[in-house]
Amino acid sequence: MRVTFTVNGRPQEADDVWEGESLLYVLRERLGLPGSKNACEQGECGSCTVRLDGVPVCACLVAAGQVEGREVVTVEGLADYAKQRAEHGGCASGACGTADAAAGTPLDEARRRAARGTDSHTGEGTELSPIQQAFIDAGAVQCGFCTPGLLVAADEMLERHPNPTDADIREALSGNLCRCTGYEKIMDAVRLAAARQSEGV
Amino acid sequence: MGTTGLPTNITQGSRTKGGIGESTLRPDGTLKVTGEFAYSSDMWHEDMLWGQILRSTVAHAEIVSIDTGEALATPGVYAVMTYDDLPTDVRNYGLEIQDTPVLAHGKVRHHGEPVAIVAADHPETARRAAAKIKVEYRELPVITDEASATAPDAILVHDNRTDHHIGHVPHPNIVHRQPIIRGDVAKARERADVIVEGEYVFGMQDQAFLGPESGLAVPAEDGGVDLYVATQWLHSDLRQIAPVLGLPEDKVRMTLAGVGGAFGGREDLSMQIHACLLALRTGKPVKIVYNRFESFFGHVHRHPAKLHYEHGATKDGRLTHLKARIVLDGGAYASASPAVVGNASSLGAGPYVIEDVDIEAVALYTNNPPCGAMRGFGAVQACFAYEAQMDKLAARLGMDPVEFRRINAMSQGTALPTGQVVDSPAPVAELLRRVKAMPMPPEQQWLAAGEAADVRELPGGLSNTTHGEGVVRGVGYAVGIKNVGFSEGFDDYSTARVRMEVVGGEPVATVHTAMAEVGQGGITVHAQIARTELGVTQVTINPADTRVGSAGSTSASRQTYVTGGAVKNACELVREKVLELGRRKFGTYHPAWATAELLLESGKVVTDAGEVLADLVDVLGDEAVEVEEEWRHRPTEPFDLRTGQGFGHVQYSFAAHRAVVEVDTELGLVKVVELACAQDVGKALNPLSVLGQIQGGTTQGLGIAVMEEIIVDPKTAKVRNPSFTDYLIPTILDTPTIPVDVLELADEHAPYGLRGVGEAPTLSSTPAVLAAIRAATGLELNRTPVRPEHLTGTA
Repeated sequence: MRVTFTVNGRPQEADDVWEGESLLYVLRERLGLPGSKNACEQGECGSCTVRLDGVPVCACLVAAGQVEGREVVTVEGLADYAKQRAEHGGCASGACGTADAAAGTPLDEARRRAARGTDSHTGEGTELSPIQQAFIDAGAVQCGFCTPGLLVAADEMLERHPNPTDADIREALSGNLCRCTGYEKIMDAVRLAAARQSEGV
Repeated sequence: MGTTGLPTNITQGSRTKGGIGESTLRPDGTLKVTGEFAYSSDMWHEDMLWGQILRSTVAHAEIVSIDTGEALATPGVYAVMTYDDLPTDVRNYGLEIQDTPVLAHGKVRHHGEPVAIVAADHPETARRAAAKIKVEYRELPVITDEASATAPDAILVHDNRTDHHIGHVPHPNIVHRQPIIRGDVAKARERADVIVEGEYVFGMQDQAFLGPESGLAVPAEDGGVDLYVATQWLHSDLRQIAPVLGLPEDKVRMTLAGVGGAFGGREDLSMQIHACLLALRTGKPVKIVYNRFESFFGHVHRHPAKLHYEHGATKDGRLTHLKARIVLDGGAYASASPAVVGNASSLGAGPYVIEDVDIEAVALYTNNPPCGAMRGFGAVQACFAYEAQMDKLAARLGMDPVEFRRINAMSQGTALPTGQVVDSPAPVAELLRRVKAMPMPPEQQWLAAGEAADVRELPGGLSNTTHGEGVVRGVGYAVGIKNVGFSEGFDDYSTARVRMEVVGGEPVATVHTAMAEVGQGGITVHAQIARTELGVTQVTINPADTRVGSAGSTSASRQTYVTGGAVKNACELVREKVLELGRRKFGTYHPAWATAELLLESGKVVTDAGEVLADLVDVLGDEAVEVEEEWRHRPTEPFDLRTGQGFGHVQYSFAAHRAVVEVDTELGLVKVVELACAQDVGKALNPLSVLGQIQGGTTQGLGIAVMEEIIVDPKTAKVRNPSFTDYLIPTILDTPTIPVDVLELADEHAPYGLRGVGEAPTLSSTPAVLAAIRAATGLELNRTPVRPEHLTGTA
């Protein structure tokens, strides 16, 4: 079958999709977007978390046919997504920060370390969303396999909940497994992103 | 959150920015947060096929017949291969003992053993075709424990063993046996005022790395193959792959693809040979990606163990003796079992002074899933047992458990039961003191938020099983000792190639090693070392591949020590050559070129007094300076096969934990409230990464304490929970705050004084949690993991 949907703001079309294929498979193997990860393919680890019409879902549990005509945001589109959200005044409460929120003092300092233009080898100089930058700065990335799903989930949580308590963060990210970090640096990263976001308001 | 953060006692390293001692950021960080980083499962090649493995549905059986006809006739299928299709006489592989068939031959020895492989144009086509292969099995009795393995009429898991352990094991179903005997236990026992015995059971843990086993094999025009794969040791893979394919090693070109965690589970081969076989057979690139179900069968696990311990102590709290027997279940194939036996036995007494010791450790061959390397192997199981013993002894003597450990703590200069004198800092008592001195989390945290209980802070969490009633707090301590590096006389070297040249008007260092970056941050550290030694800002890290010499394994907490050592060594050799170049070009202009100690700092040649002699750009000019060199730490020696005596380990690593738990005693639900750690790291080359290792290792120890266990049916030897639905690893809700106190006492034998970090925190975490649960419940709890039924008496 043919599936037509929007990914990261761009219309996409996948042909010859077998009915049993998941959204995750179509993203990774047909559309060249392998950022969403395939750690369990049974909805337990959250590493394939994407937003489907704004709602975080495990792409491995969504049949490709279900996304016909809908909008998907993956980790590859997260920076753009966050930027547009900031430019369009953020969420309804107005507490989602602005473009300047991403440029608070600590973030600025962190960016200076990497301010060398875009490097195709290391990715340095790439424009990042606040949550992506915070994951790097806080040491929340080790092997990185859980990272894309956590970023999508954490970004969605901060959109809803700009000043989360630790218990809020843990609850929101409880569907995302990480095997490397013991979650401490992930907590640090989300706190850091929230703090930078509120500093910018 | 106040107690978590950068330790205060970490010194800063070099004068060149971004050198050792700084928390520089990962060079692959941006790629990993944008989704661009290419993991082994992300590989793609035009016209590629998908490989699928057919695995045995039974644990122990003769293969009567295999019919591949229907599978081969399936449209979209390009190849089906069985044992009979293997191209050479080399049809087994293995880390130390080549006992593992590439594809089953005549017999399967464990549930999930590879029997046949398929290549097709879609993964689902490959899966369905594999399911059409008809295998007729004649089932055999299963060997599942020591009694069935060593029974007089036991079937031998492996007939006609010829490996180098067969001569000293008491039964062919025992892979390896290592006694450690020192002093006179019978005599020492007479001095004991109290004797404490325990029988401990340690469950089978899975590494549960998130990136599944995967890779891409691309056939080359020269008849060779290019293999992109996630592994822990490229050259070890290569040594095992090439002979099976019938290719010289230089025609199997391996490149490390992105690795989604490892923890020991990628030391053994998984899909490497299968992908290469299918690629060479079909002439097309072949990708294989396990799903999670298959991953549980696709790699070895941590050895489950039964441990019998007897300790004695005098009234004033001094250990008199230890007699221990450790039985590790190695499963169907040897994998790393011999080394696990070596660790369990040689470290079986823990970080304590005990003069009279009699330890025996064995690993069995059974029909259970094969077990091998996992973070802290051997030492983890032993630590669980000896730390439970320490608490029992302290209780019997009416002493504080930390004070009892302090009295018996080893230190620098202590002779271990192997006779090896520990010749670098061993701050066991200090780590215990520090972890005990850390502030305690407040009582009844669930009330802190307001009037109503926040159930998220309680055992059972949002299941809303308690609002605080029946909840009891407990506190427990533990400390452990782990070896760093490959032991027992292994030639544990690494290789680094370092190049220095001017690029774009700036001096740039390039570091090329075959080290597997599995997430630990080795590449971050390599760049830091190059900056410190060569005074450059820009460092390029080349992808790891087999075009450079072996780096050894990313395991045994060894890579920062050994490949870090190799990079440092290569940098020093490059620096000498650069200075020689400088002396030739500029030596006549300044006497310091000949007389002073010269350093490379911030892009310049400077004297040790800080005087600038030249810019590196001018010294190098158009020339590139390059060195590739192997580097070795000091050698070790094998343990004596009868007494276990010998200088067996390179270095030791120590960590201590304090666990605070709250237990709903009515339902048997446990919440770990805090898991504090103190660890000596010798020198923190990258403090942020060090914390990440300690917190991650601590959490894997928490997992084995309260949730993680592969359940194997004792009647059929089949795995009952191969999924993340049924095999639970800690989520962010299960994991507490992990405050860390880092101590840096230099080991003069190691580069920069560093001490391997990765494994020690996995040892003491588990027994600390168990001790805390015992303190809360008053139960003996001799097995791990602890499940609710063990706490409610309904097991």
